[in-house]
Amino acid sequence: MRTVVRKTYKMLIGGQFVRSESGRSLEVGGVNVCHASRKDVRDAVKAARAACSGWSAKTAMNRGQILYRMAEMLEARSQDFSDVTALQDVENSIDLLVHYAGWADKYQQCLATVNPVAAPYFNFSFAEPMGVVGVACGGTTLTSMVGAVAPVLTGGNTCVMLASDQTPVMACVFAEVVSTSDVPAGVLNILTGIQGETLPHLAQHMDVNALAVHSEDARSNGLLAEAAENLKRVSFWPVGEARDSLAAISTFQETKTVWHPIGL
Amino acid sequence: MSSTKASRKTLTALVENGLDPSGAEVVPTAGQRPTLKFGGKWPYSPAPESKEIVSVPSRQGHFIGGRFVEPRSGQYFATINPATEEVLGEVAVGSQEDVDQAVRAARSALPGWSGMPASDRAKYVFRIARILQERAREFAVLESLDGGKPIRESRDVDVPLAAAHFFYYAGWADKLPYAFPGRSVRPLGVAGQIIPWNFPLLMAAWKLAPALATGNTCVLKPAETTPLTALLLADVLVQAELPPGVVNIVTGAGETGAALVAHEGVDKIAFTGSTEVGKLIQRTARAKHLTLELGGKAANIVFEDASIDQAVEGIVNGIFFNQGHVCCAGSRLLVQESVFGTVMQKLEDRMQTLVVGDPLDKNTDIGAINSAAQLRKIEELVQSGLDDGCDLIQTRCGLPERGFWFRPSVFKGVAQTNRIAQEEIFGPVLAAMSFRTPEEAIEKANNTPYGLSAGVWTDKGSKTYKVLSKLKSGVVWANTFNKFDPSSPFGGYKESGYGREGGLQGLASYLEVS
Repeated sequence: MRTVVRKTYKMLIGGQFVRSESGRSLEVGGVNVCHASRKDVRDAVKAARAACSGWSAKTAMNRGQILYRMAEMLEARSQDFSDVTALQDVENSIDLLVHYAGWADKYQQCLATVNPVAAPYFNFSFAEPMGVVGVACGGTTLTSMVGAVAPVLTGGNTCVMLASDQTPVMACVFAEVVSTSDVPAGVLNILTGIQGETLPHLAQHMDVNALAVHSEDARSNGLLAEAAENLKRVSFWPVGEARDSLAAISTFQETKTVWHPIGL
Repeated sequence: MSSTKASRKTLTALVENGLDPSGAEVVPTAGQRPTLKFGGKWPYSPAPESKEIVSVPSRQGHFIGGRFVEPRSGQYFATINPATEEVLGEVAVGSQEDVDQAVRAARSALPGWSGMPASDRAKYVFRIARILQERAREFAVLESLDGGKPIRESRDVDVPLAAAHFFYYAGWADKLPYAFPGRSVRPLGVAGQIIPWNFPLLMAAWKLAPALATGNTCVLKPAETTPLTALLLADVLVQAELPPGVVNIVTGAGETGAALVAHEGVDKIAFTGSTEVGKLIQRTARAKHLTLELGGKAANIVFEDASIDQAVEGIVNGIFFNQGHVCCAGSRLLVQESVFGTVMQKLEDRMQTLVVGDPLDKNTDIGAINSAAQLRKIEELVQSGLDDGCDLIQTRCGLPERGFWFRPSVFKGVAQTNRIAQEEIFGPVLAAMSFRTPEEAIEKANNTPYGLSAGVWTDKGSKTYKVLSKLKSGVVWANTFNKFDPSSPFGGYKESGYGREGGLQGLASYLEVS
């Protein structure tokens, strides 16, 4: 009988598959996964920031195409997840990605307004991405993981994703989907380890614009206060709660209003 | 006006006597501005796109119920390459019976298609977008062969935009409640869609994509001179495994379209074409729902504070894009008097660089006129301009011997009442006029029965907004022209028709919102 070659599960930072710079790992379900350090968090934020201008400047349609490509690749690689989740979960994730892919060039049309100000000005408001968004995943399904990052990416933000403590292997396999989906390096960075260690660093990082915390009891652990120094936009997402996709996208958008005179 | 009415000018005489078709150097005479030597000096080597990727069946039937069927009448007609007059293949003549069969196929596919989960409908439309992207070259070459448009345009504009339209509307399928919050929507039913010959594949995409995303089934009637890309699209639909009957394609000329318009089983008619036919459709349509995207006579307004070189490029793009076979073409140029001379001189110089010829050559800027009939119409209107005493400026480029061609042309000394200033020429012919004040520009711009599009060129933003607020047209391009995007609604005011295609608004054309 043939001796199998095992896979090393790595994190995704700046488009590269890397081990934790700390050299640490955790054993989860019989395999070793990276145990991210504070420095890994900082590296990931740096990569996300560097990717920000390119990703947000892509045409909305192009972002949609890339998200759709993620769905295509997830469909093609759905068997890769057979050890970590049910096929139904993968299929739900694919459909969710297709749904968000369609939003990329449409949410603006639902969020933007032309404002009839009482003066000769052309006045309009539209959505702009916040920038770098930290996402702490919760729950145990791929659907919840995809549902956590898709609205962030769709809206032109880049993302530092902390995998749920329970599903690091799933996150690593998902990272392989991401890296083969035309997603530019640094747009989605995926760290594994213990959120209790990494999340406070992400919350305090001055170059992170927003933080989305997916968990059962997030509000109680003082994250809001830790994220206060640069007024991060912190949102809490109870795991398993149905959410509206447009509302999710707009959570990670700023509103910009423009006044322009009308006259000869 | 410098032109003399002493001897009646004719187009042929001008080309034969007044111009040098070889484009050879023109020697400046004393006291005159030196003439720029464009065209003749630097000939491009031919860079023809290969035709090999395309194989046109010698005879094609209608696409009904998911497969190709022979026409009941057994009659076919030839479609030709307007650049060579060679027959490309034969397609079926659609009779009343064929239309009837197609409408019935669409009707029977309707419950399955409209009742399908919206996210599944989306997946089919996404597939169509992807396959179009994959087979882009094939479509681009075929579009240029059948319609005469330059390969650069079919490759870089028509085909990618068609795919983008399917991609865009696919994403709306499962998001309709967001487009019409708090209201309920349902598809109209069977949509009869009649499209023109200027952007054959793109117009098919404009019609089919929103209709499919919103759960309608379709009977599409392509134009008689350009049916081939629509029939190739049928092959894409088969590849995408679109359920049979959801899209049916019936080829033919005006009578086929009339049969579709008069059919009782059609719930909606979407038409793109001439204003004349649009009015006829409104008079005869049985369907309760109607959208019409008709002719135009767009004003391209250049103010003295505009970036002139940029404006000249926009003028050229506005009128010569796709041989001027564009309903929203910037066919009336309005230039502020103080810069009229400069703009016209730069425009004339720029025009001389335009390469007219083989549509499949990648150097070609302007391809063949779509049909002999259209060429006659252009020539007739140009003659009327000469008869009205307008000054005709044409480029000196040589033209191929076979096929249908018309030189890029600009009329100066045009009056508001001249036919060339009022009627849609639908060819590479620009009518240039001047104005003094913004108010005058606005009045002249609005002075046609049409209201499809307009262009405004100024470096002053506030002036742009002031002027565009007064323009009675469905699209206004500011410091650009002829821009299209699936997310951007397109359609006209006044006799340019009604309803919008593209964008969120384009969904409403295929939904009953209550």
